[in-house]
Amino acid sequence: MPQFGPSFMRTMGAAALGLALALPGVARAQAPAANANTFDAVRARGQLVCGVNTGLAGFAQPDSQGVWRGFDVDYCRAVSAAIFGDPNKVRYVPTTAQVRFTALQSGEVDVLSRNTTWTLSRDTALGLDFAATNFFDGQGFMVKSALGVKSAKELEGATICVQPGTTTEQNLSDWARANRIRFTPVVIERLEEIVSAFVAGRCDAYTTDVSGLAATRSAQPKPDDYLILPEVISKEPLAIGVRQGDARFADVVRWTHFLLLSAEEFGITQANVDQMANDPRPEVQRILGKNGELGKMLGLDNLWAVNVIKAVGNYSEVFDRSLKPIGIQRGPNALWTGGGLQYSPPFR
Amino acid sequence: MSQTTIDPRSLRTPPRRPLRLSWSDERVRAIVWQILVVGIIGAIVWWLWSNTVHNLEVRRIATGFGFLSREAGLPIAENLIPYSPTDTYFRALLIGLLNTLKVAVVGIVLATIFGTLIGIARLSKNWLLSKIAGVYIEVIRDLPLLLQLLFWYAILQGLPGPRQALHPVDGVFLSNRGLKLPWIEWQDAHSYALLAFALGALFTWFYRRDAIAKRIIDGRPRPVWPMALGCMLVLPVAIWAAAGAPWTVDWPELRGFNFRGGLNMSPEYFALLLGLTTYTAGFIAEIVRAGILAVPHGQWEAAQALGLRPGQVLKQVVLPQALRVIIPPMTSQYLNITKNSSLAVAIGYQDIVSIANTTLNQTGQAIEGIAIIMLVYLSISLSISLFMNWYNARIALVER
Amino acid sequence: MSDITLNASAKVAEAVPRSAPISQVGFVGWLRTNLFSGWLSTAVTLALGYLIIRWAIGFVDWAIINAVWSVPNNQTQACRDLRGTGACWAVVTEKHRFILFGTYPYEEHWRPALCIALFVGLYIVSAMRRFWRKELALIWVGVLTLIGVLMWGGVLGMPYVPQERWGGLVITLILATFGLALAFPLAVLVALGRRSKLPAIKALCVIYVELIRGVPLISLLFMASVMFPLFLPEGMNIDKLLRAQIAIILFAGAYLAEVVRGGLQSLSRGQYEAADALGLSYWQKTGFIILPQALRLVIPPLVNTFIGFFKDTSLVLIIGIFDLLTAGKTAIIEPAWQGFGIEVYLTVGAIYFIFCFAMSKYSQSLEAELNRHRRH
Repeated sequence: MPQFGPSFMRTMGAAALGLALALPGVARAQAPAANANTFDAVRARGQLVCGVNTGLAGFAQPDSQGVWRGFDVDYCRAVSAAIFGDPNKVRYVPTTAQVRFTALQSGEVDVLSRNTTWTLSRDTALGLDFAATNFFDGQGFMVKSALGVKSAKELEGATICVQPGTTTEQNLSDWARANRIRFTPVVIERLEEIVSAFVAGRCDAYTTDVSGLAATRSAQPKPDDYLILPEVISKEPLAIGVRQGDARFADVVRWTHFLLLSAEEFGITQANVDQMANDPRPEVQRILGKNGELGKMLGLDNLWAVNVIKAVGNYSEVFDRSLKPIGIQRGPNALWTGGGLQYSPPFR
Repeated sequence: MSQTTIDPRSLRTPPRRPLRLSWSDERVRAIVWQILVVGIIGAIVWWLWSNTVHNLEVRRIATGFGFLSREAGLPIAENLIPYSPTDTYFRALLIGLLNTLKVAVVGIVLATIFGTLIGIARLSKNWLLSKIAGVYIEVIRDLPLLLQLLFWYAILQGLPGPRQALHPVDGVFLSNRGLKLPWIEWQDAHSYALLAFALGALFTWFYRRDAIAKRIIDGRPRPVWPMALGCMLVLPVAIWAAAGAPWTVDWPELRGFNFRGGLNMSPEYFALLLGLTTYTAGFIAEIVRAGILAVPHGQWEAAQALGLRPGQVLKQVVLPQALRVIIPPMTSQYLNITKNSSLAVAIGYQDIVSIANTTLNQTGQAIEGIAIIMLVYLSISLSISLFMNWYNARIALVER
Repeated sequence: MSDITLNASAKVAEAVPRSAPISQVGFVGWLRTNLFSGWLSTAVTLALGYLIIRWAIGFVDWAIINAVWSVPNNQTQACRDLRGTGACWAVVTEKHRFILFGTYPYEEHWRPALCIALFVGLYIVSAMRRFWRKELALIWVGVLTLIGVLMWGGVLGMPYVPQERWGGLVITLILATFGLALAFPLAVLVALGRRSKLPAIKALCVIYVELIRGVPLISLLFMASVMFPLFLPEGMNIDKLLRAQIAIILFAGAYLAEVVRGGLQSLSRGQYEAADALGLSYWQKTGFIILPQALRLVIPPLVNTFIGFFKDTSLVLIIGIFDLLTAGKTAIIEPAWQGFGIEVYLTVGAIYFIFCFAMSKYSQSLEAELNRHRRH
């Protein structure tokens, strides 16, 4: 027989109280308010909280050791290096497509580096600002080569896999209506599910950002079995989001991106950043803090650029580290000097 | 439930004392306690509410259900009533609700049949059959449903593509696009016939009740089946024939990428139905087994001793008693199927949760979206509860 | 009844010799009664036996004989070459630490591993009737606190690990166990409230229980992930793991309350009346007489409800929390490992099964034990 003593209720009460107290620090009550100064809050906390994807090959995914890696993750590391001089003072919060904006609005994350398309309604109605477009993308289609389809226009009557709740889904509807194409959607939220559905032949075509298509294609054992169709049906500027009305922090994020671009433009790399300090070009000297006080103007250490480049390298190094291995070409993300869209305002 | 006989003396209330404003008066304490608890909870709710209103304002998030009449723009694969992306969010949500009902109702029927069979197999004298049923019940119940759904969906995707579809019988195709069956082209005549059948069934039911009532009075059996045959078969067929007996079979055939025509069951629906049915059947089997075991063996023997045929024993003696034990837990399983159908969102079947979720992503109106989901499930749960309570009351033991 | 006549008369001598009666004992007898008792039974046995053997051979072929157990440096070509004829357990070999511990810092994996051991130990201790006394509550508080300290660190030279990095099996255990521990006091209060004579309190409890039980857990989790942040005052923010935990507590509270209420109802009226007759106050009556008896009765259904929560925690997948199932699915995102879902699902399923099966067996034996005295 169990022995519930007479003081059972008291013990239960104490236990409940004890458990409640055993959860200290779970509630972080001092996160920055929606319109407060994120920059100072991050500084005071000693850590940047970065919202990333829950798992997207090339952009953000934990490796076998549980360390986050990828293009978007490197941007978090770069901003951390700019603020603290240390790329590892970042806490990564995986966010689903559904909760990403709420997480930013409520202060759960400081910055959203999570392949988010910059649109007018998001910029105005969701209480956030987009600091910089770090990746220019567009929506496309992928099919199996064996299907014999060469153009998206031939997809009449096809079954198309699409992720819900994103701009992709609405773009697809718009495009089908404009081109009078009837299709059957297969709507699955989680990326790995939808990719396996497509690979298994559940749908004839898979639509998402071209970068995602390329990543998926290269991940297949025989990439040549898959074909990315030439049509790009939308513009998808993937941008880094910060809270609205927080200009100072937005500046830091924005200029960190520009720094990566300029570093590539001037040939500053992770390996040669120390020697480049002696480079005679005045803009290089300004960037690397040898000359002028650009870092101080941003409220950062004057050697912030050195720290960032030492941590992640320049834009092409970041790109090549994460996106090149999965088969994504620079394309529109080449520097303006190389015919692309990535363009940094002058460091002056 | 044990029915305790109540001593009439205990129903006598003590004489009412006048209410004294003192802590030692139990009634005063009761009122104070209630005011306190309601006050605290009211204050918390008010606090949350005012925070929410403030936050919505500060973050410039729109409120209200105005979005329901806006164009949805989201594609939906399975719809029982016509739908296109140019329709409104309201219609999209309605499609979602119908899809939820479609999987829940079919799931309830199949799980009941399948679960009963397994429950009986569990009681079988054949050791192997009984053991297999036992292992099935144990394994199915100890794995998360979500995992099972993902597993089934992965298996269904392993089927061959539409061009290599399995083709066991003419007109039936099984591929990773789902199951295709031939189906008649629906015309008005079919609807009329169906209506006649429903009315006929209703009439037969009343007729049977009347026949039983009369038999109780004079003891003469009145066969119901001629009436049933007439109302439920001859009449609908006659109406259908009178309307010109339309009979065009819509055969599915491979055209372009996909099959056209015929009746389609998508892999998402199939996986969800399969997962829900097999999972819930594991629970129903145990309920059925317990229900049958709850009927004492003496009841079987007594019924046989009265000279009832085996079918009669089961129908007149055992089942009514077993059902009394079975119905209440069965109700909660039916509710579970309905609620668990919300896991559809993980495998891409567009039920109400999936569509409301997309809606709240696109409009940013989380509160309204979740309120719709909750309201829908509360109404469904309430309807099932009411129906099952009514049925339970009908079959309950009538005690004096 | 008996066909065998002992008195051998002249007529009987003409009868044909009979075969020996069918053996009812021994292995053959067991086979006859349980597997081959009639033509139908025999047919069922043969058909099922054939299917099982076919299936078992196929499974052994796939899972053991043709399987690849490990590959060097993420070179999954060996696995791909199998083309489904064998399992690629290499994915589990490579990713097992990720599946178990998620994104927790690699060098610190001993901490969640120790926590898992602590959880298992806690379950075992709670299962032993020798420990069913008030100290058990203190043991729970102690162990759960210890688990919190281990997971967070920041003391005793253990680096601080924020809960965004927690993941895998330990998250599943945390959500289920803390859910139970915190929902239980709530459930007792609600169950008492629902049986209370005070109309306002009773109404509140009924609304709470029926509201929560009427909606799916997913809708509560959605609420926790997208609506909770709106409920809080500006600048205040709670972590998403805690938000999910709150949703699970609210959910578990309603179901447990019904279990506890069942226990309260099954007590005979005499217990209440006797307590009243002794002049005990409501709380004395509840604490000393009613709850100790009622809670003892509900332990088996309580374990069953706990199994339910344990499985239901997998739904946090849908809001992107790294529990066991999510970690398993995330492990196969990496391009090299895409397409080995079945192996990972089987592994994850086996882990869930071990926990749930142990608990359900325990609950069954406990039920039998607790009911033993009632049979006589």
